[in-house]
This record gives sequence, C-alpha cells and structure tokens, in this order.
Amino acid sequence: MTAVLATEHLVRRFGGLTATNNVTFSLPAGARHALIGPNGAGKTTFVNLLSGVLAPTSGRVFLGGRDVTTWPAHMRARAGLSRTFQINQLFAEFTPLETIGLALSEAHGEGAQFWRRVGTSRAVVDEAVSTLERLGLGDVMEERVGSLPYGKQRLLEIAIAVAPKPKVLLLDEPAAGVPEGEREQILDIVAALPAEMALVLIEHDMDLVFRFARTISVLVGGALFVEGTASEVARDPRVRQVYLGESEIDHHIEPATGKTA
Amino acid sequence: MTDATATDSRSGTDRAMIYFAERARWRGPEVALWIGAFALAFLFPSRALLFNEVAILALFALSLDLVLGYAGIVSLGHGAFFGLGAYAAGLLAKAGAGAAPLSDPTLGLLFAALVCAAVGYVTSFLVLRGSDLTRLMVTLGVALIFQEIANRMAWLTGGADGLQGVAPANILGMFEFDLYGRNAYLYSLTVLMVLFVFARKIVHSPFGISLRAIKGNSLRAGAIGIPVNRRLNGAYTLGAAYAGVAGALLAQTTAFVSLDVLDFHRSADVMLIVVFGGVGTLYGAVVGAAAFKAMYDVLAAATPQYWEFWLGLVLVLLVLFVRGGVMGLLGAFYARLQRVGGRP
Repeated sequence: MTAVLATEHLVRRFGGLTATNNVTFSLPAGARHALIGPNGAGKTTFVNLLSGVLAPTSGRVFLGGRDVTTWPAHMRARAGLSRTFQINQLFAEFTPLETIGLALSEAHGEGAQFWRRVGTSRAVVDEAVSTLERLGLGDVMEERVGSLPYGKQRLLEIAIAVAPKPKVLLLDEPAAGVPEGEREQILDIVAALPAEMALVLIEHDMDLVFRFARTISVLVGGALFVEGTASEVARDPRVRQVYLGESEIDHHIEPATGKTA
Repeated sequence: MTDATATDSRSGTDRAMIYFAERARWRGPEVALWIGAFALAFLFPSRALLFNEVAILALFALSLDLVLGYAGIVSLGHGAFFGLGAYAAGLLAKAGAGAAPLSDPTLGLLFAALVCAAVGYVTSFLVLRGSDLTRLMVTLGVALIFQEIANRMAWLTGGADGLQGVAPANILGMFEFDLYGRNAYLYSLTVLMVLFVFARKIVHSPFGISLRAIKGNSLRAGAIGIPVNRRLNGAYTLGAAYAGVAGALLAQTTAFVSLDVLDFHRSADVMLIVVFGGVGTLYGAVVGAAAFKAMYDVLAAATPQYWEFWLGLVLVLLVLFVRGGVMGLLGAFYARLQRVGGRP
C-alpha cells in the first residue's frame, strides 16, 4: 500500500541549527499517528515542511505518491493535505460561516469565480453549516471570529482544516491553551473524524497522545528517534530516558497498552 | 442522523443562505446616493465640471480601494495607471482625429483599460515580490519610471507641452461633450456607476472574499488552498484597469493630457482619499473623493494659503479618532440610529 504522505531524507537548517535532520517518514491511509518529542525537537518545523510553509534544505516530500517537494502550500492543500496551526491562524474579520464557506469554495475549485455571489450554492452552504454544527459552532456561525472566545476559535481552527475532507490532516497541538473543561470536546471531535482520513497529531500532552494514537514517532534534535506502535514506544527505555524528568509518561504506559491491545 | 437534527440542519442552511444574501443586498442609502449623484447634474448644472472631477477621482479611488482595501497591497504609485490610461485614451482619440470609430469615447475607455490591465499584470509580479515596505518602494519606483518615460517620449506624448487635440467623438455617436460639462459629468458618473456595480459584485464573489482572506491572514489563506500570489496578480490587474479608465475619463472630458496625470501628487491624493473615506468599503472611495474635493473647494476659497494645513488636520483627526474613515463614522451613526429606532 502506498503511503498517503511520506518524506525521504528530509533536512532543514536554519543557519547553524539543524531543525529537521534526515527524516524519512511514511504515513499510511487512515493512520492515527502522533508526533511527539521534547520542546525544540523540531515538530512544528517538520509540519511546516510537510505542509509547504517551509521549503526543505534537502530531501523530498511525497503526497499520494507524487513528489510535492517544490509545491507551495496552496497546491498541497488542493491535493488533500490540511493542517491546523499551533497558534490560531484565522480570519478575524470573517464570521465562521464565511470562513468555512470560503474553505469549501476553494476546495471545490470555485475560489476564482468573480461573477457569482458567494453563498448562492446551496450544496456548499449546507456543507458549511453542517460542518459548523458538527464542530459545535452552529450557534456562533454569524458572529465575528475575532470576538469569539478562545475555545470556539480553536474549534474553528480545526473546522477549517476538516471542512474540505482532506486525505491527510496535520493537527499541531489542537488543544493548546484550551481550558480543561473544553478539551474533551476537541478530543471527541478528533476521535469522530472519518476513519479513512490519515491523522497526524503533534502533541506535548501524553494523555492526549496515548488516547488517540495507534502509532507514534518520537522526534529528538530534529531526527526520528523511535518509531512504533503506541505500546512499543511507551515501553521503549530510550524514550523514557528522553522524557526523564517528565515523569508523566510513566502514568500512561499501563492504560495505553490496555487500549492498544 | 435523527429526524430532529435533519430538520435543524435544514433550517440552519436556510438561515445561512439568508445571511449571505443579506450581506450583499442593496441598501436604501446606496440607491439614494446614486440617484442623488445623477440629480446633481440637473440641480446644479453650473458645477458640473467640478462634479465631473469628483466622479473621476472617485473611480480612481475605487481602483485603489480594490488594490489596497481588499487585496491589501500598499501602493504609492497607483497614479502610473491613471496617467497611462489618460495617454492611451488621448492617443487613440488623437489617432481618430475626433471622429468615430477610433475617437469613440467608449472605445477609448476599453483601450485604456486593456493597456493598463496588461501593464498592471506584468508589473504585479514585481510588486508582489516583497513585503509592504518593498511594495511601497516598487510601486513608487514604477510610477517615477512611467513619468520619465512620458517626459522623454515627447514625440508621442507631447512631453511637457502636453498632448493636444485629443477631443473625442460624441458619446455613442449621440451625446456631445458640451461646454458646461453636464454631459461630461453624466458620462463619467455612468462609467463610475457601472464599474462600481461590477466592483461590488466582485467584492461579494468567492474571488473577492478570497482577497479579503489573503489580506486578513495569508498564511491561513495558503493553507486552505488559495493561490495567494495568483489572486493578488488578478486584483492588481483589475485595479490597474480601473485606474486606467479613470485616467481615460479625464483625458476625454478635458480633451487634454499633460505630464501632470503621472505626477506623484495623484498617487498620494488618491491614497489620502481612500484612507479618509474608509479602506475596504468601496463607498469610502466615492464619499472620500467628494469630501476631498468639497474640502478643497471650501478651504481653498476661505484660506487660499493654508488650505492644506486644514486638510491635513482633518485627516489626522479622522485617522486618529475614527476607525474606518468617513464610512466608519457613518456606519457607527447608522447603527446608533437603528438602536434608537428600536430595530434590531
């Protein structure tokens, strides 16, 4: 089976710093994969390389078997790669309805149409509304995004990425900064995503990681350190060593093995 | 999905359809503005020449609002396209020696729009390369180059003497450009209105929304598949064509083109007008142009030496204390009026 997303010897340097170091990685369709690693391990740089926000120093990126290394972000998005950002990247002056309507019209290849009023296609509007309702944004869909509470903005950040029904979805710390009481909602939404969608979760929170991931890659110093199933990674002594001091991981070894078995 | 949620989803879609339609709906004050603008030609026929200037300035400002207010491209050299359009229309009219078909004014407008669109498209690649400051410098530089080219190519442009004998034929072969400028005003206003309606349509289209999205957050815009640069190329090209038509209107209604059409003050004035009127509102361009000319008229009559001081003062106060220029002020007033009137 071909990987939906893959990299070959991917390297990215910033001056003297090697943020991504020779990463060869492959993601099968329908994956539930987590990318973890200590602070500064190069997780976000790696996501930026995958999504086309950054160009690699060397190495290649493949999407659905095609070499997309030189493709800009918008072409990768059109080829079925969606992402969320660690820090919300939203259109503050739009409403959620406009935002998702826009994302869908671009996904349908209607974004360059200048002769037609936006919101005249009932199918697109219907899709936008049902996406918003599914993600708990139905009641605020006509409000200004910049005025929404942070938790709702975080949901919208996910909704934008999910709406076009991507083949691959990269979630960069989706629950970052979300108050404890609203985290469950985000987790439920991620858990309810279609099984055929390949997901990559970039996360610090081990609780989240072990609840969600079937496979895990550990990134250390920009390089792939350990790869394997969730229980393998949890048991790996090297991983424990990296996370030494972050005793969190110990708490989750038992429940994780229980779940993945 | 249960029946209850299915019904819910349908009603949500209905609400959303209404919401989108409502956003683009023509409102009373808009219609009143256009009717009023046409009425001016008959109410104050002696001021028609001034009104004509306002209409042309409004179209020029509208072209910059598309570029600046919607696409978010800061340009200090938008006058380049105004001047290019003026020369294009002027030269075409001259070639036709004042007779149809070559000197037909509408053909002149079309020609100016096409020339400016072509030049705008090519230069857009230069402009889009940099950040805001770079864009400011590139647009300014391009405008200076244009001015010098027009100056040097005196055999074509008339150089410092200006382009003489560019009187166009009758509008659509029927309406003569009269001495008092009434037909000129009605002609310019009609062109302004037609292009305004088209711009309004574009602004509410998927293309227009994507421009606002790019202006709002280009990183996210790229991540949802918007080809950021290609859309901006398009917007800049459109803005250039609009500016060219404005320049063409000036050439046709004054039957004269001089190097002044490429002067830096035009680029600066039009930027001022858009900011003054309200960036990204379309109507700000029209209201701003009218206010600018009116202030000029009143202030220059009252204090001929210091009018620029008062203009500057008004501008500083407006930018500092009112969000969104005159349109922002009107919007706030309108909202208050509706609250007082007890309407939602």
